[in-house]
Amino acid sequence: MLSVKGVSKRFGTASDGVTAVDDVSFDIRPGEFVSVIGPSGCGKSTLFNIIAGLQAATSGQVIVEGTAVRGPHAAVGTVFQEESCFPWRTVVDNVAFPLELSGMGKAERHERARHFIDLVGLRGFERRMPSELSGGMRQRVCIARTLAGQPRLLLMDEPFAALDEQTRLLLGDKVLQIQQQLRQTTLLITHSITEAVQLSDRVLVMTYRPGRFKRLVPIELPRPRTADAVTSPEFGAAVASLWADLREEASRGMQDAGG
Amino acid sequence: MRAGAALFGLVVVAGLVGLVQVAIGAGFIDEYTVPRPMEIAAALPRLVREEHVASRFLVSAAETFAAGALATVVGTALGAALFRWPLLRRSFEPWAAVLAAAPLVLAYPLFLVLFGRSSVTVVVIAFVSALPPVVLQTVSGFSSVRPVLLAVGRSFGLGRRSEFRHVLLPAALPSVFTGLRLALMFGLINVIGVEFLINLGGLGALINDLSERYDLPGTWAAIGFVVLVSVTFFVLLDGGERWLRQRG
Repeated sequence: MLSVKGVSKRFGTASDGVTAVDDVSFDIRPGEFVSVIGPSGCGKSTLFNIIAGLQAATSGQVIVEGTAVRGPHAAVGTVFQEESCFPWRTVVDNVAFPLELSGMGKAERHERARHFIDLVGLRGFERRMPSELSGGMRQRVCIARTLAGQPRLLLMDEPFAALDEQTRLLLGDKVLQIQQQLRQTTLLITHSITEAVQLSDRVLVMTYRPGRFKRLVPIELPRPRTADAVTSPEFGAAVASLWADLREEASRGMQDAGG
Repeated sequence: MRAGAALFGLVVVAGLVGLVQVAIGAGFIDEYTVPRPMEIAAALPRLVREEHVASRFLVSAAETFAAGALATVVGTALGAALFRWPLLRRSFEPWAAVLAAAPLVLAYPLFLVLFGRSSVTVVVIAFVSALPPVVLQTVSGFSSVRPVLLAVGRSFGLGRRSEFRHVLLPAALPSVFTGLRLALMFGLINVIGVEFLINLGGLGALINDLSERYDLPGTWAAIGFVVLVSVTFFVLLDGGERWLRQRG
């Protein structure tokens, strides 16, 4: 489904530059939920931009469904860290945006958009403007808009980063439900260990600068999972195992920042 | 709350007018310089009947809209060009800012020589004065579009033209509309001012006529009418802008 092969990204000149991502490789199988986790500054967002086709890699290749990514790709749908609803469109018109671009008529695209609005639990809010919604609801609109484009790979860059812990957990539930329902192949970039364990089949741990592949951890908790799973001992063990990997990297990040 | 504040404002203005009436009655203000507010109010029907204030208003309004429409078309195009080409922006944005602050109406003799004593002169001066706010607000509107919205557009495969149509323009619209509101206000002020200076056309020329006839209640009533027109313009445009901002 997705193959990342030896991807590196370097900013600046050869003599005076920074390597943000260094020789990262991994694969995602259809229907799988994979998270990429690492400390701040490990190049997660750079990797996200490269896979989304928004930034070119310095070397290496990203292959989606057998095609090398050279720009934004119809098979890849992106949800950004920053809330990105179009403030001048109602919820239904936001969600229908990709359908409008494809030339679908208004009645049909609104009908389809309603299905995705239902899916993210926002029925009844179709005619509201984004300014009338909470941060969590707006992020759900963005997820529905991306899903409406029917991407084969859903790419999310810390979509819940700006939300409080309770909303994050509940939204995590929602994302899991959607993923199970649609069998949606998903790659989530996050710095939250709980989030990664709650949602993923596998978690890819990255090192602090330059961002390298450190370990791929399978999460063998039973599905379907809900936010209640966070209280189980197995969940705690998975979090502890990931934390052991991340602790070292996060400490390096703090030393670098003079902390 | 808003209605209460507006009512309070009206009461204060009415109180001040009442105070002027009392001050003139008591001889603190010379009534040959400032007529009593009641006399000014009484002159209004005369303006409508004998001075054709309605058709004068239509002339001024048409000139204002012509200048505003020109400033909208030229200003948004120039603003978009300054946004698109940074060198152009660095070179000309300061000039637009200087032009916005300049009392261009004082250059009316130059425009008279160029365009003659006609409505064209009135419209051109009003257009030149209305242009800078549209240009500046358009550039600022485009520049302050959140980068993530552009990234969303790109992620859906939008090219340059569709990005402009689907993301940049709607995102910048509230700011562009602020420019249009300022343009219409600047346009109206300049239309009335130039009409007064060259004694031609609508409400400005009417004020000039009445003052030259020493018809002071009529002059003040005409000034009051112009203020009323400005307030109406302002309320309409402010409402439009508020509506747009709620959506943005």
